[in-house]
Amino acid sequence: MDDLIADFLTETNESLADLDVALVKLEQAPDDGATLSLIFRLVHTIKGTCGFLGLPRLERVAHAAESVLGKVRDGALVATPDTVTVVLAALDRVKAIVSGLASTGSEPAGDDSELITALDMAAAGQAQSVAQPSVPDPEPEAEEDEVLPELPAAAVVEPKPASVAPPKQAVPEAGEPVPANQTIRVTVDVLEDLMTLVSELVLTRNQLLQLARTQENTGFTVPLQRLSHITSDLQEGVMKTRMQPIGNAWNKLPRLVRDLSREMDKKIELTMLGADTELDRQVLELIKDPLTHMVRNSGDHGLESPAERRAAGKPEAGHITLNAFHEGGHIIIEITDDGRGLPLDKIRAKVLATGLASEAELTGMSDAQLQRFIFRPGFSTATVVTAVSGRGVGMDVVKTNIEKIGGTIDLKSVAGAGTTFTIKIPLTLAIVSALIVEAGTERFAIPQISVVELVRAQKEAGRGHNERGGAEPVIERINDTPVLRLRDRLLPLVNLNDLLALGEGQSDDSGAYIVVVQVGANSLGIIVDRVFDTEEIVVKPVAPILRHVTMFSGNTILGDGSVIMILDPNGIARGTGIGAGGDAKAISSSAMDQFRSSERTAMLLFRAGSEQRLAVPLGLVARLEDIPREKIEISCGAPVTQYRGKLMPLVAFSGNLDEAKPRQSVLVFNDGDRSMGLMVDEIVDVVEDRLQIELSNAQAGLLGTAVIGGHATDVIDTGYWLTQAWQDWFHGTHQTDDPGTRRSILVVEDSDFFRQLVTPILGAAGYRVTAAPSAAEALRLREAGAMFDAIVSDIVMPDMDGLDFARTVRAGGSWASLPMIALSSRNEPNDVEAGRDAGFTDYVAKSQREALIASLKQCLAEPVAG
Amino acid sequence: MTTDLMERNDIADDDEERVFVTLTVADQLCGVPVLGVRDILGEHKITRIPLAPSEIAGSLNLRGRIVTAIDLRRRLHLPEPAPGTARMSVVAEQAGELYALLVDQVSEVMSLKASAFERNPPTLPPEWAQFSSGIYRLDNRLLVVLDVGKLLALNEAT
Repeated sequence: MDDLIADFLTETNESLADLDVALVKLEQAPDDGATLSLIFRLVHTIKGTCGFLGLPRLERVAHAAESVLGKVRDGALVATPDTVTVVLAALDRVKAIVSGLASTGSEPAGDDSELITALDMAAAGQAQSVAQPSVPDPEPEAEEDEVLPELPAAAVVEPKPASVAPPKQAVPEAGEPVPANQTIRVTVDVLEDLMTLVSELVLTRNQLLQLARTQENTGFTVPLQRLSHITSDLQEGVMKTRMQPIGNAWNKLPRLVRDLSREMDKKIELTMLGADTELDRQVLELIKDPLTHMVRNSGDHGLESPAERRAAGKPEAGHITLNAFHEGGHIIIEITDDGRGLPLDKIRAKVLATGLASEAELTGMSDAQLQRFIFRPGFSTATVVTAVSGRGVGMDVVKTNIEKIGGTIDLKSVAGAGTTFTIKIPLTLAIVSALIVEAGTERFAIPQISVVELVRAQKEAGRGHNERGGAEPVIERINDTPVLRLRDRLLPLVNLNDLLALGEGQSDDSGAYIVVVQVGANSLGIIVDRVFDTEEIVVKPVAPILRHVTMFSGNTILGDGSVIMILDPNGIARGTGIGAGGDAKAISSSAMDQFRSSERTAMLLFRAGSEQRLAVPLGLVARLEDIPREKIEISCGAPVTQYRGKLMPLVAFSGNLDEAKPRQSVLVFNDGDRSMGLMVDEIVDVVEDRLQIELSNAQAGLLGTAVIGGHATDVIDTGYWLTQAWQDWFHGTHQTDDPGTRRSILVVEDSDFFRQLVTPILGAAGYRVTAAPSAAEALRLREAGAMFDAIVSDIVMPDMDGLDFARTVRAGGSWASLPMIALSSRNEPNDVEAGRDAGFTDYVAKSQREALIASLKQCLAEPVAG
Repeated sequence: MTTDLMERNDIADDDEERVFVTLTVADQLCGVPVLGVRDILGEHKITRIPLAPSEIAGSLNLRGRIVTAIDLRRRLHLPEPAPGTARMSVVAEQAGELYALLVDQVSEVMSLKASAFERNPPTLPPEWAQFSSGIYRLDNRLLVVLDVGKLLALNEAT
């Protein structure tokens, strides 16, 4: 009995899946006799089996549905959308009961009388809108009467959607269930075991071949060749058993789209191409949900309402197309809609509102970059949360799931013309193609799917070799951090030797190979000593005691029998601090690569300590001085000079004073009445360029690296150097303020860059500074009872922006009457107005340091009225 | 007499025999229960695993299965062997995964009477005590029974 039920469940589930598809089809073509008979037979079979197995509840529902379908088949009823809806509802009930049966072994209790009444009503043809069944001509009736008895029962009763691409029936749609010649049910475990065995066999074969290569003409050569071929065939055969047509993942979609179109009052046509494209069932299972989600999204967000479509001159019915095909060892799935395209302005607004990027950053972004924001966590442009989508758990989950199986996702969207998502996934997860590389005498595998290109480069920037136009690019170094100029972009590099602490490799030639890998939206170059071949490898998980080493995604055995580790590009990117996939974490981390500005900034270029070019924003430098060596004196062990009647501390950028030089170049930084001089070797130039810090640098005193004037240039952190001089200075003799009376300032700023810039500036101006990275953090300080003399806050921040923050502060609490200064990159008159309305005392542009200090002075001098 | 001062272990019948694979590491005779041993390997090519804990010597290929090798000397905080010394491995299985314990020498399989078993002397250094489940008194030397499970529990704060 148990076996019978189990078989019944498997069969019924298959039938139900087919029924969903067939009913939707029937709705579109109510006079399609073949579909109708198929539906009737399927429901009839379910009913019949239930009766036989003694499942009364199922039987009653199936029976009622069958009578409706019987009427339709006999021509007494037309398959209107309403009729189909009732039948679909009956099928849903059947599904619910079947799943209850599957979990408990017996029918769950429940009342179906309402549903059965609805079905009976539909069968009677009354109370429903089917008053005049005059629409179809009598032809189909006659046809059906002939067709039905002729269809051989065996051919229809046992449809096997999983069968391997049999010839199509006359019906045009793909994904049509077709009778299989012969099938046998095998549990998945058996197939998995077979796959494991074949994997082992492939490895053994590879080892044998490797051995045979070293020996000349032994008697083994010919049989080995045969063994090799048979193994390959076997591998292919076993792989095939795991393959399923992608249509299996799609068979729920017609129903979904139908329900969606009724719910949203849109007309949606779904076309599915390449449904018989096969892929590994493991992969298939994993992409099912993301695909469903994306189709739902296309229907919900992508397609417009019929009225909008008419207005835009498009056909009323929106179109969603699914297309699957093979391309070079991968499966490509495209999901295309002809809807409105992604709303760029909405995305932009949302990005700003959530603080994922600033306005300045956005202006520098291409449309494609902007569109990719929809893959960020918590990003949904749907203003209204519908039952269908817009809950903010959306495309980021899709992206994560696809990346989990080694796939990639991209999108193309044209306003008004629609959106296409392209998913690229590997055929199978068990065997992947990998590039074998060597670093520090060890070999590693890098999955081919993430490798973009291979670049050969000179290891050392030998003097004179440095000009562009040489045959090979040169790895440049910024404080030992290697970077490569690749097609006018700076590519961050990691040296696999250093990253994995391998020690130096023995390769003595001056060249290195750079494997450029794509990690989410970022590219990363991995420096290796040698590159071997690509090899098909069988991925095996690493032992549990090694799981914490995130640089590896698995290990494998190569043809020569040696074990090698498989590198995980995502892990490497994380390990080097490159934001993997550009997710939210990368923003909150101190990575400077997020800082961008589209404004051109005048930069002072200089050299100090090495040949490396350094830069500092010119606006921060008060004066350039050239001081004779003898004017530099030593006081308390630190160099100082007399400058405008005071002692000015000097700090050597390179760490020590060059005694030999007759004159010393000094950059003078000014803060209030204090100055400090930064001693540099040579002032090179002043250029105006976009300050776009691309690489963060952990080294103190440097903000990061930017391309300035076409060269990789380190940008110095003035804040750091100010404190270098100022600490000695301030705690020394020249104490202008008593620390006890120093005013304390709270700085609320989400950008690490500005927080790090503003804090030392205010500190140097004599304030005690507390910095909070978010408004919420600042409010926590208020709850904790912290008190300040003034608040300086950014406007554009994620979660709670500066305006809301100001309103919250003004609304009450201990800070309600504190002066608040808005610090923002947006300073249009209406922005300033909005700031004042929200309760800010003053509004200062971010780049104006002097203005900020002046404003603070003013605010603190005259207390504001709450 | 020292043996009298130490507590005797009376859990098992004095005549019950247990079977051990004996091995040496840094001249100390040790034993692991034979039932937990899957294989004994001679000198084997081991691939280093970068960034792994130092106790992990690497991984090796045992007839198509990847086995993680653990260096027993490093696990017990013993000095490194002389360079070029051939070493052997005892392969054990835990939770479906194979592990190889890298030792100096694997000797023989021995049946030992429970009457010769003692608990760890309290003076045993902690590096040994945490991995030893007791001592057998043999005629001319002592055998430390190693707890393979504890040796493999590398993740747990050791």
